[in-house]
Amino acid sequence: MNITPPLSEKVIRALHAGDQVTISGSLYTARDAAHKRLVELIEQGKDLPFDLRGRILYYVGPTPPRPGRVIGSAGPTTASRMDRYAPVLIEKAGLAGMIGKAGRGENVVEAMKRFGAVYFAAIGGAGALLSSHIIQSEIVCYEELGTEAVRRLTVENFPVITAIDSHGNSLYREGPERWGSRNSTK
Amino acid sequence: MTSRTIEFEKIVTAIAEMCEQAAHDLPEDVAQGIRDAYEAEKSPLARSILQKLIHNYEIAARERLPICQDTGFAVYFVEMGNSCSLDRGSVTEAITQGTAIGYKEGYLRASIVNDPLFDRINTKDNTPPIIHVETVPGNHLRIMLLPKGGGCENMSYLAMLKPSDGIEGLIRFVVDSIVLSEGNPCPPTVVGIGIGGTSDKAMTLAKKAHFRRPLRAPNPDPRYAELEQRLLQEINNSGVGSMGLGGTVTALAVHIENFPCHIASLPVAVNLNCHAARFAEVTL
Repeated sequence: MNITPPLSEKVIRALHAGDQVTISGSLYTARDAAHKRLVELIEQGKDLPFDLRGRILYYVGPTPPRPGRVIGSAGPTTASRMDRYAPVLIEKAGLAGMIGKAGRGENVVEAMKRFGAVYFAAIGGAGALLSSHIIQSEIVCYEELGTEAVRRLTVENFPVITAIDSHGNSLYREGPERWGSRNSTK
Repeated sequence: MTSRTIEFEKIVTAIAEMCEQAAHDLPEDVAQGIRDAYEAEKSPLARSILQKLIHNYEIAARERLPICQDTGFAVYFVEMGNSCSLDRGSVTEAITQGTAIGYKEGYLRASIVNDPLFDRINTKDNTPPIIHVETVPGNHLRIMLLPKGGGCENMSYLAMLKPSDGIEGLIRFVVDSIVLSEGNPCPPTVVGIGIGGTSDKAMTLAKKAHFRRPLRAPNPDPRYAELEQRLLQEINNSGVGSMGLGGTVTALAVHIENFPCHIASLPVAVNLNCHAARFAEVTL
């Protein structure tokens, strides 16, 4: 299945944990420092520097590009560091999707269920492969944060896995249960 | 043993080259480990992940692009022969300079902040590195580099077990650590375990375990070698799988380093390395 942001509620609700998905179109990047700033703006009642409604945030801090390259190596970082901020962005800014690696806290999953958002896993440590699916990169804001600046990436067939869906199903729970040896005789 | 003088500049150049090489070229023993994991894995989703990892390290080598955007904290283990010396400066200074040059000129990510709690300002050249120096007989200088990712380093564990906890207690602690880590350290991981010494020694041993070459070489003591195999099996039985999404391969290898310890203690440290288990070395 190929999806293109902004995502509609219908598309979000149709995604299920375990689905392999490709994304084409634009993604926004943000890590810890950018999240902190975005949430501070929301708490102060100020506008965000870009519209997050229906959008997907990619948790990534790329390597600097060599001359002639669009972007350097660009794989996902640990998503749980953004758990403190993600529910606010989902509820108040309309964030629809997140791409990172490894599981999320209950507070994030609750917000995803309630307001309709999905969490995708990109393959950690596959930064060279994922970089080859990024065809454009421009800085949107917070340039002074270096690798942590917010970028708009144009991607083509960017491969991800629906890891936690908007119904609360999590592959981080179901996968190990299914493949752990205690259950292998089922 | 004839004493030797090594040029400071020669070390700087070698280190800069090593930083780039380690970021781009996955060691062949690790690449083989991932290919073997692909063959052994039963989950179709995990197999497709492992296939992409193989594709990833091929692209990285061909395009001189880092295997992972987290090009790590540069951790060095140095064996310095007691009959060798430098023409100027110290080995620590030379390695630090080489690291700064390698990360800047190699377009690698600067991931180090100057102060852990208050400032957190990026040092911009990925220094300082972590350097462990051991003095050994001889006149050679061997420097090994492990670029260590933040995601896997965050999954580090220490238990000061009771001697009566024994082998079973140790296995439980290690497997629990792996299950608790889920997808965070980017499995399939290399599991470094330090047993014995003091708390700090155990952690250093767990880190040193990642420097063992080739990957999957057994501990020289057959009892520890057998324990490595048993732990690998128990870890793979956990079902955590590639990226924590479920599967039958959770670790590529288990390496144990052991050391004498106090009569009252059984320290056990676990340090995980991601599947992009990068490594480079040079002997001068």
